[in-house]
Amino acid sequence: MGDLWAGLVQAAGLVFALDAGLVEIAALSLRVTLTATVIAAMIGLPLGAWLAISRFRGRRVAIATLNALMGLPPVVVGLVVYLMLSRSGSLGVLGLLFTPTAMIVAQVIIITPIIASVAHQAIRELWADYHDLLLSLNATRMQRVQALLWDGRRALVTASLAGFGRAIGEVGAIMIVGGNIDHATRVLTTAIALETGKGNLALALALGFVLIGLAMAVNIGLHMLSRTERGSRW
Amino acid sequence: MVTALEGVEVRRGGRAILGPLTLTLADRGLTIVMGPNGSGKTTFLRALHGLERIVRGRVVWPDGGPDRGAQAFVFQQPVLMRRSVRDCIAYPLRLRGVALRAARALAEVAGAEAGLADRLDLPAQALSGGERQKMALARALIVAPALLFLDEPCASLDGTSTRDIEATLARVRDRGTRIVMATHDIGQARRLADDVIFLHRGLVVESAPREVFFGAPATPEVQAWLRGDLLA
Repeated sequence: MGDLWAGLVQAAGLVFALDAGLVEIAALSLRVTLTATVIAAMIGLPLGAWLAISRFRGRRVAIATLNALMGLPPVVVGLVVYLMLSRSGSLGVLGLLFTPTAMIVAQVIIITPIIASVAHQAIRELWADYHDLLLSLNATRMQRVQALLWDGRRALVTASLAGFGRAIGEVGAIMIVGGNIDHATRVLTTAIALETGKGNLALALALGFVLIGLAMAVNIGLHMLSRTERGSRW
Repeated sequence: MVTALEGVEVRRGGRAILGPLTLTLADRGLTIVMGPNGSGKTTFLRALHGLERIVRGRVVWPDGGPDRGAQAFVFQQPVLMRRSVRDCIAYPLRLRGVALRAARALAEVAGAEAGLADRLDLPAQALSGGERQKMALARALIVAPALLFLDEPCASLDGTSTRDIEATLARVRDRGTRIVMATHDIGQARRLADDVIFLHRGLVVESAPREVFFGAPATPEVQAWLRGDLLA
């Protein structure tokens, strides 16, 4: 209990003092994960919608694969991205290893299947509802996807937030590809791991509380923006 | 010019649920499709509209026929998009590339004509049963279809809503829109039909102009139906 309390007090102190190191780390966490979420949503949401409305050979296998990919171990993703981006890797010339960009790449790989899968579930139900109307109105495939994405936007915000939640708390992959370099690639989760290893439990806890607060703030903010809880009939 | 169905057949699960049907449809007026539940009314309309795959036979339209863009379909259960009533009615125009403001303006006129003037800002899901069907009809009519299908549009509506919808249909028919409509309300068929097709177990039992169908039905099935008997 004493540790927890000390952590809370120290967290409050760090936040209210706007500790420069903390702000830098938290800002990088947000930047990396928000960028990864946006990119993954741009891939995953249309992919989920497309899987919901398309009929092709191997569709069931594709959906099963997608669901299985939700369970990708981040450490393994990090390792593969590391191998690709390392000097001797196929993308080594880009010089991206140990940069925030590498961390974004790893997170995109981890959360795109989650976003696509949750979106697929939501869109599938909407499509069952809209199917006859959109066919009757001669909507093109592109128009169907547009209508489903737009009318399903609240569920899609939720899908994106599921991806965000997984990415913001992720440590294994970004530790490997980012390297937890101070002032370069250190984010909240890797800092927590480091401080815990050094025995600075109070500081680690303080960073943990900041992380939780950040994740909740983004969730609440997005829900308010998309008015998920308003207009109960949507 | 007439539309001809030549041996049209729709199958599901290895069983013919409609047809084979051979029959002609006049090119104007309002055709009522009648028959008990499960007689194939819905499948008949959907097959003509192209929503159901015709496995055998074909539909021959005059001069190549109205393409899907010149047709509209009102479903028995109105499909409600997760949008405002205004945007639901405007949606077919949006699909055709009409700009948002113009489409909304036209939708407001159409919605007002349908008696939904004070409902336009509501989500479509907030409408009552009668209002939902009026919205669906306004949405179908906004593209001024040459051919309009309706699948029991008044099935669960009260008298007032039914009267409003029938008045709209009569007006649209008189403007030259071809209407094919399923119902099992005999009174409604009498009020609206120019001619009647009677289906039973997926087959056409009788197809005749209204006066003949109601005045001198040729088959025992239709005679029994008009008496109010139940068909096995």
